[in-house]
Amino acid sequence: MFLILGVLLGLSVGVFPGLGGIAGLSLVLPFIYGMDPVSGLALMVGLIAVIPTSDTFASVLMGIPGSSASQATVLDGFPLAKKGEAARALSAAFASSLFGGLFGATILTFFILIARPLVLAFGLPEMLMITILGLSMVAILAGRIPIKGVAAAGLGLMVGTIGEAGAGGSLRMSTYDLPYLIDGLTLVIVGLGIFAIPEIVALLRQDRAISRSGGLGAGWLDGIRDWWANLFLSFRCSVIGVIVGVIPGLGGSVVDWIAYGHTVQLAKDKSRFGSGDIRGVIGPESSNNAKEGGGLVPTLIFGIPGSGSMAVFLGGLALLGYDAGPQMIRNDLDVTYTIVWSLALANVFGAGLCIVFSSAIARLTTIRFTLLGPFLFMMISFAAFQSRQSLGDLVALFAVGLLGIFLRRFDWSRPAFLIGFVLSHQAENFSNMANQVAGAKFRRSFETGFDYIASPIVLVILALTVASIIIGVRQARQILPEGDVPVGRKRAPLIFLLVVTAYLMVAWVNAMMIDLMSDKIFPVTVSSITLVCCLLLLIRMIRAPETDAIFTDRAAGHDETEAAHGLWSTLSWFAGLLLLSSLLGFVLALSIFLVSFLRLRAGLGWARVLIMSAAGVAFITTMAGMLHRDFPPGLLQEFVKLPWPLG
Amino acid sequence: MKNIKTATCRAAASLAVMCLGATGFAAAAAAQDSLDLTGETVEFVIPFSESGGSAKWANFYAPLLSEALPGKPTVVVKYMPGAGSTKGANWFQQQEYEDGTVIFGSSGSTQFPYLLGDPRVKYEYGDWNVVLASGTGGVAYLPPDIAKKFDGDADGLKGIDFIYGSQGATRLDLVPLLAWEMLGMKVEPVFGIKGRGDGRLMFERGEASIDYQTSSAYLKGVVPLVDQGLAVPMMSWGALDADGNIVRDPTFPDMPTFKEVCEATKGCKTSGDAWSAWKAFFIAGFPAQKMVFLPKGAPDAAIATYKKAFDDVIARSDFPKLSAATLGLYPQMTGAQAKATLKLGTEVPLEAKAFVKNWLKERYGVSLK
Repeated sequence: MFLILGVLLGLSVGVFPGLGGIAGLSLVLPFIYGMDPVSGLALMVGLIAVIPTSDTFASVLMGIPGSSASQATVLDGFPLAKKGEAARALSAAFASSLFGGLFGATILTFFILIARPLVLAFGLPEMLMITILGLSMVAILAGRIPIKGVAAAGLGLMVGTIGEAGAGGSLRMSTYDLPYLIDGLTLVIVGLGIFAIPEIVALLRQDRAISRSGGLGAGWLDGIRDWWANLFLSFRCSVIGVIVGVIPGLGGSVVDWIAYGHTVQLAKDKSRFGSGDIRGVIGPESSNNAKEGGGLVPTLIFGIPGSGSMAVFLGGLALLGYDAGPQMIRNDLDVTYTIVWSLALANVFGAGLCIVFSSAIARLTTIRFTLLGPFLFMMISFAAFQSRQSLGDLVALFAVGLLGIFLRRFDWSRPAFLIGFVLSHQAENFSNMANQVAGAKFRRSFETGFDYIASPIVLVILALTVASIIIGVRQARQILPEGDVPVGRKRAPLIFLLVVTAYLMVAWVNAMMIDLMSDKIFPVTVSSITLVCCLLLLIRMIRAPETDAIFTDRAAGHDETEAAHGLWSTLSWFAGLLLLSSLLGFVLALSIFLVSFLRLRAGLGWARVLIMSAAGVAFITTMAGMLHRDFPPGLLQEFVKLPWPLG
Repeated sequence: MKNIKTATCRAAASLAVMCLGATGFAAAAAAQDSLDLTGETVEFVIPFSESGGSAKWANFYAPLLSEALPGKPTVVVKYMPGAGSTKGANWFQQQEYEDGTVIFGSSGSTQFPYLLGDPRVKYEYGDWNVVLASGTGGVAYLPPDIAKKFDGDADGLKGIDFIYGSQGATRLDLVPLLAWEMLGMKVEPVFGIKGRGDGRLMFERGEASIDYQTSSAYLKGVVPLVDQGLAVPMMSWGALDADGNIVRDPTFPDMPTFKEVCEATKGCKTSGDAWSAWKAFFIAGFPAQKMVFLPKGAPDAAIATYKKAFDDVIARSDFPKLSAATLGLYPQMTGAQAKATLKLGTEVPLEAKAFVKNWLKERYGVSLK
């Protein structure tokens, strides 16, 4: 009963991009205290379990990565929606999620009793290698010109180093005068900026529905059939999900990329990946739900949360009077199994509900996008603001969004950039730490050191990485994660490359000025490599003719030249929303934005304009009120005290 | 009107004291004699994320506080992480008392940047009204093979290269790092872990050869290891008695304190600059670790209401049982005791500050500029 309540809550929170499990759990936490343990557990587990299921809606329908677990789903899911096959993509995703979740729970049932030594076998070198394996997926997602993909990933890594260094706390590309940058950019903002904004802007410019045909092609039954046809793939990706989930400290951010890379590498016909291959949805979705089961292992047996939502979950457990840790497995095995099987049941309910609704929700893709766009801007601004609750969030979102638009336009691999960004922190920290520990072991004796860095697990992952790079480089040309893009004039791509190069130079100089070796070595190395890539690109640009693939420019293509509205005018609507927010606060700004957008751009009658705007504002305030979230305040609020939600 | 005045107050930082008095007066005049929070939602703001010890602590108190406050308001924990907790604290500094629905929970990680003169700190503990102070302790432990060389003094540990998983030298880890150094041990911190739980994992994997945990984490995570013979406790940091002396930690009465070990170890002195610096930062980090505040300008009635609510929570018959798991057996202080703790935790002699700053710079190359 409470499980179903949890599932419903989880679904409604998960649909909201950028909120996810933490927000949902915080919502129920005040009520957990005093509940009987089984109901309380069911409520929380039901909520957590369906988040990676429900965030698929945003990824597939709008190209917004709902959470870190569904970044890779965007690559093929969104193109499918554009083809009018949203229902198919969704139901295939949910079927895979269901399978992954059940698989995870089954494994967990047996594994949890013997997992401890296995988990402890994954030390720093092993985790570093898995991070590198994740990075090696760049090879396959690099796009037509491999070196451009490497440069994109390098840029992502560099953007990931902005802020206070993990080891020594030196500042990189930021100052104490700009406190916002000290903590770096969050994944929510970069994910929304790189994927969502460029897509929303592009769709808005064309003024039509997401689905090109305007209708729904394949139905939800096709999706389930697709999943069944790829059962073995779903199984393999679930295994990947469980294994990566079990290792504490890695988190969910690598797992869907590894699963996606794996899916692509082992597929026979790769030509459609990136432009709508159903397997590109099944792979990552199977793995991300299996990961939740795997993620419970370190959470329960070590009491160390694998993710933010797991941390809140542990807090909830404590309220119920249980403490996760070795003693829980020993003394409260029944509670442990309640958790595990609630997870499985919640997956069944959640995925079942989602499949039933997918056809109906998929109809969103047939609505004229101009009516959808402003509400998406509303949601992503709100979601972005939740990451740091500062006006800086909105500025950062806009800046990253601009970068995303250009990466998309000039066909720099956005997945590669995002992988670089997501793994930047881990790559730097693990390599620094593993290096330090290894150094100490080598000082003791050569053998101890060698055993430490060259453990069997490390060697196996190393072999996998090398294989993945080789396969990737060989086949990258066939896979176009961004679809086919025409070539244009020389000037615009060249200018963008020069801007990127300039940023890297500044970052390089900035990193060279840091005193602490531990904080300096990573950005210096990465920016040097990326700069070399940029120089190679530059040389090629100068020598190649205008028809070379290096001058890819989406602006020259059919879609863009035919677009009803210009890039800058569309973007300035969004900029207007943000600017007004900084002056009047979010809710007032939003009201003005919705009314004027729907009236001026969409050309609706006043009655519909007012009803839709009011519905939008009411929706977002209810949502925020329930979750105890604030809205960005503006200058106005500095001077005049307004009641919530205006103030 | 009041807000315009506040804005100008903020601009003229040098007149902060005067403004404080003025707004405090205005708020006091507006408040009723006693606080009734029926139908209200109290926001318990902590400057940390949902993981971590402060979240646990706040979520432990929130439902209890909700029952104890007059009118039984809903108490929600609100997370405001960022900039090593200075962001949330800076935000709280700008709040004025309104109706008693905003409280703030700070921790040792908020006090350390304040004590060390971190440039990001724009808050002043003196402006806030403390209503609860929670203490804790900490235990250092060793792997069994190395523990054989430890017999109450650290003389046998001097030739060993220790590795320690650390969150950063300017955080709470400053206390153990300085303690080990005073004992003459060579401990190489590996910076960059995300929480003490990760440090314990490194220890369990054999990558780290020394570790420490705060009391509740030690009870939960390390005692099972000790039972299985995988870890051996070395010393506790100790606890403070009423006169401000370091005595044995009541949670771990059988464990020697760092003070005892230091006295037994050659070259380690329990007096002088290093010792007083260590002691000052130990107090800020452990016995005075977590506190709950009302914003500046809170009237006495509101302070008294919250004091009584926390007193009632602590007086519950099931409180010892509830708190043992989450908070450990440490004093939960209100009223004058809490004020005294606040003073201990936020007022550190200048020499101690200078010593630690210098040590951070020389030893780890860390400067807070």
